[in-house]
Amino acid sequence: MKPLILLFLLTFTISSHAVDSRQLSDPKQQESYETLTKELRCLVCQNQTIADSNAELASDLRRQVYEMLQQGKSEQEIIRFMTDRYGDFVLYKPPFAGKTSLLWIAPGLFLFMGLTTVFFVIRRKKASAQAQVDNLDISSEKQKKIRSLLEKGELS
Amino acid sequence: MLKYIIPLLLFIVLAVFLGLGLNLNPKDIPSPFINKPAPEFSAPKLNAPEQSLSPADLKGQVWLFNVWASWCVSCRAEHPVLNQFAKQYAVVIVGLNYKDEPDDAKNWLKTLGNPYTDSVMDQDGRIGIDYGVYGVPETFVIDKKGLIRYKHTGPVSADDVQKTFLPLITKLEAES
Repeated sequence: MKPLILLFLLTFTISSHAVDSRQLSDPKQQESYETLTKELRCLVCQNQTIADSNAELASDLRRQVYEMLQQGKSEQEIIRFMTDRYGDFVLYKPPFAGKTSLLWIAPGLFLFMGLTTVFFVIRRKKASAQAQVDNLDISSEKQKKIRSLLEKGELS
Repeated sequence: MLKYIIPLLLFIVLAVFLGLGLNLNPKDIPSPFINKPAPEFSAPKLNAPEQSLSPADLKGQVWLFNVWASWCVSCRAEHPVLNQFAKQYAVVIVGLNYKDEPDDAKNWLKTLGNPYTDSVMDQDGRIGIDYGVYGVPETFVIDKKGLIRYKHTGPVSADDVQKTFLPLITKLEAES
């Protein structure tokens, strides 16, 4: 039964293609078409690319991209055309500029902040563990043994 | 003490950002057109397809460019406001009948009233793309020199007319 269910589920995982796929004669242009439609946002549905969206506007924008490629326009020219009209919001990959710098830097910044916190927390834990060992009222031999065990634990 | 203050501060900062985020309208996308010339087009008029209209014909006057369609639900909500606006203040409103059937559009104006000085047809949505239209209705305010000075996305309410459109139009009318 299980393999059957799995098979049933897998049949629906076929990768999605643009709702209406267009063919350009030049394979390079075809590639540009695929890339561009996956990088441009459908402004009606907002969280879909124009390649994925069924909205009328997305279909119009796909047509626009297709026609501009046929006219021999470059990817940059098409992206320029779109941002001139819809602003940077139309791009899924916004350009790095003053306004968007936070967007680009924030993930790295948060990672850095997290790592720093983890570093300090671990250091403090270690220091307090050491202090505890030092304060134990036991023979120095036993203390040594505990220290070596603690260090061993760090290595593993 | 610090142990409690830091998480509290972090929480407050996060809450403020999330709160601001809740109040932002994701449909409000800054228009790159402000203070740029209104894109040129020449489109057939809805009521007289043999005649065409282009923004150049309207140079020297302040006008509104309103994108509408008979299939658009919010346009229906906006329509009485535009009717009243046009009647009361004799403002030039040009309609862009966006991706619509001419017959449906004409019927719509017949039943609901026509606030437009003229409406032009954009059946395949190309003029819409040139104006960066993504959510009908949209309204542009264009000055005497043909520059877009303001863009409103979504239905215009009576409040918007009083608070935004009228003061702006008065100001633009005063410009040479």
